[in-house]
Amino acid sequence: MNLNLHFDRVRSKPWLWSFLAALLVWLATLVFTRGEGAGALTSSALSFSAFFVIVGVGQMFVITTGPGNIDLSIPANIALSGAVGMKLMDSQNDLIVLGVAGVLGVGVLVGCANYALIRVLRIPPIIATLSASFLLQSVAIAYGRSVRIAPPELFYQFSTGNVMGVPYLAVAVVLLTVFAGYLLSRTLYGRWALAVGQNIRAAELAGVRVERVRWATYVLSAVFASLCGVLLAGFSGGASLSMGDEYLLASIAVVVIGGTSVAGGFSNVPGLWGAALFLYLLVSMLNTFGASAGVRLILTGVIIIAVIAAVSGRKSLRSL
Amino acid sequence: MSTTQAPLVDLKGVGKRFGAVRALDSVDLMFQAGECLGLIGHNGAGKSTLMHILAGTLRADSGALLMAGADVRSGYSVQVARQHGIRCVFQELSLCPNLTVAENTRLMCPALRGFGWRRRAGALIVASLDSIFPGHGISPSAVIADLPIGQRQMVEIARAFTCVDEHLALVILDEPTSSLDARVAEQLLRHVRRYVEGGGCVVLISHILGEMLATCDRIAVMSDGCVVEVRAANAFTHASLVESMGSMAKAQAASQVFVSKRDSQTPVVNQRPARQRNQQTVAAWAGEIVGLAGLAGQGQSQWLVHLLRERVAKGLPVALVAGDRQTDGIFNLWSIAENITISSLAALKRGALIDPAAEQSMAAQWQQRMGIRTPDMNSPILSLSGGNQQKALFARALASDSDLILMDDPMRGVDVGTKREVYAIIKDEASRGRTFIWYTTELEELDHCDHIYVFRDGQTVADMARDQLSEAQVLRSSFQEEVA
Repeated sequence: MNLNLHFDRVRSKPWLWSFLAALLVWLATLVFTRGEGAGALTSSALSFSAFFVIVGVGQMFVITTGPGNIDLSIPANIALSGAVGMKLMDSQNDLIVLGVAGVLGVGVLVGCANYALIRVLRIPPIIATLSASFLLQSVAIAYGRSVRIAPPELFYQFSTGNVMGVPYLAVAVVLLTVFAGYLLSRTLYGRWALAVGQNIRAAELAGVRVERVRWATYVLSAVFASLCGVLLAGFSGGASLSMGDEYLLASIAVVVIGGTSVAGGFSNVPGLWGAALFLYLLVSMLNTFGASAGVRLILTGVIIIAVIAAVSGRKSLRSL
Repeated sequence: MSTTQAPLVDLKGVGKRFGAVRALDSVDLMFQAGECLGLIGHNGAGKSTLMHILAGTLRADSGALLMAGADVRSGYSVQVARQHGIRCVFQELSLCPNLTVAENTRLMCPALRGFGWRRRAGALIVASLDSIFPGHGISPSAVIADLPIGQRQMVEIARAFTCVDEHLALVILDEPTSSLDARVAEQLLRHVRRYVEGGGCVVLISHILGEMLATCDRIAVMSDGCVVEVRAANAFTHASLVESMGSMAKAQAASQVFVSKRDSQTPVVNQRPARQRNQQTVAAWAGEIVGLAGLAGQGQSQWLVHLLRERVAKGLPVALVAGDRQTDGIFNLWSIAENITISSLAALKRGALIDPAAEQSMAAQWQQRMGIRTPDMNSPILSLSGGNQQKALFARALASDSDLILMDDPMRGVDVGTKREVYAIIKDEASRGRTFIWYTTELEELDHCDHIYVFRDGQTVADMARDQLSEAQVLRSSFQEEVA
């Protein structure tokens, strides 16, 4: 079964690649430093990658639902949710639950707003979520104008602490990705999202509730971004308006490098971790080599383009 | 019409195959100047294929294309056809929607060059419109996309009759009146007569019998890729035209005793098509196989999809077998098993999660039931042949718990053996109480139905039980008798 083998390879290869690349970059860095700081590098890679993975999971589901679907409101959502979370928690341990609940509520609202713009006003997702992000950013500026509020002690410890070098956060996010994996392959919602991404008309005719799937997907993405926002605020000792900025490109990059098809309908959860580790380790490797910020950015861009080009060079299974 | 004159184009034994499908089988047909030739036949009779060959967009596999006595079949193309003055107006409009009427005229007439071409093209097309459709009210600077469909069709037709420094000998009009209202259609047919009397040749394809009989000099009837009858139009009547379209040798299907399933209980489906002007509905009772007949594209698919959407929105069970596999049916990136189970996932859940074992066993069960030929149901769906992909789509619908199965011309491009297997399964499922609504363009498939509705122009125009079914009756209803 030649075709079958080919299919299996296509299915399994993408996420292996991203882990392999991450491993190579890690080794290269350690060779350069002669093995110094291996533990610290690994630990910080896990922490920072965890944030990439949280937003990546949401973006992955959005991209899965097919061409044209993308969530560009993630950075603004992170800024707003960080500010809302810190304000609600008010540096007090017993308000943590309230803060997290409030932030999740923000996520649901943002997701519904994005979907409403797309569905009711028939605006393409790329423009709808981008314009929504201007609104969110403005609200975040107005709302977070007051002085920087520190996170509650307990929340700060959770966000920054680790057990034997493995950050709590990384453990939690690994559990979250396991959940996302099950959601994608073993639930009605996940199968429907994959079907919609492959052929939206066929999905509708097969009985899939297409609009419900799209709504749930945008809400899911926004909730994950909000969660990332509050954790990031806890991690960095308070919310700032620009803390989400790097997550726009990162959320898309980890999805694509992780082996998810940009054309939709085929997604890869473990690949998110490989890609996130790779992206972080790449930047720290270039730092170790003493490369300037400009070189780092250029290389990151070149690598993303190269991965997309390599993936689309693969014989496409889609006829249209 | 002088018979001494050499024919404009003479087709001798023209054949055309698409893979295993024989679209044309040795067609002999002559096109003469000063004559309007009508071409009529059911879907898939080969009319369009023949016209595409004449226009140069398709190449004949065998036979000869004689023009002025010389065979031009090899090397024949759209350019050669145009050099011989052959123009065509096909059903799918060929105007560029983003350009104006005048600019579209320029596309057809490369001779319109140099300064002021837009003004000259505008004058030309307006003159042509004025002569064919007096009082048309179309401005040459109007953008096509802004015109209603009828006016677009008028521009398309008028453009075919314009020419600069080119000779125009033969115009093919494929269903030209389908989007025109009665008055404009009348104007067109009058123009066709004028043009023909001036020495031109027109090939007219239409499903409206009245206009064919009134406009054409000769009518050629096609059936199953052959020209079965060519006669002067006045030697035909409505009845004889319909009769010659049916395959005459066809024996009456083994007439089992027909028992109507329409007893006192209420129907499963009872719905009026959206464009229906009277109160007629399409209804289906439990255990019934209901056929939707008529020519292709008369609103049958739209009615099915509309019914499906309505039932899904209300949460009622429904499943559909798509005929257009690529667009409406399969999920290319998935395995055969995943393609089958997509409509049944709710039933395969154990707790909150889909049970892979239950999914595998459903796939295995339907592989056996439908006879899907593959060593492994987890192979990609695209590893299957077309017929087996179609079986997988049948399995998807039948595996669902829906008691209503809609079928949208599902046997397109399916081989005879597969068809027989699937017919038997459909009958079996119907006898267990499932209801089937089956749109088909193949007349013989109607023999499997208990009740038939014929669609025309988005409406159901005839309604017959199997014991009243006759091919002639279906054909008569499919073709409009008079201009509406």
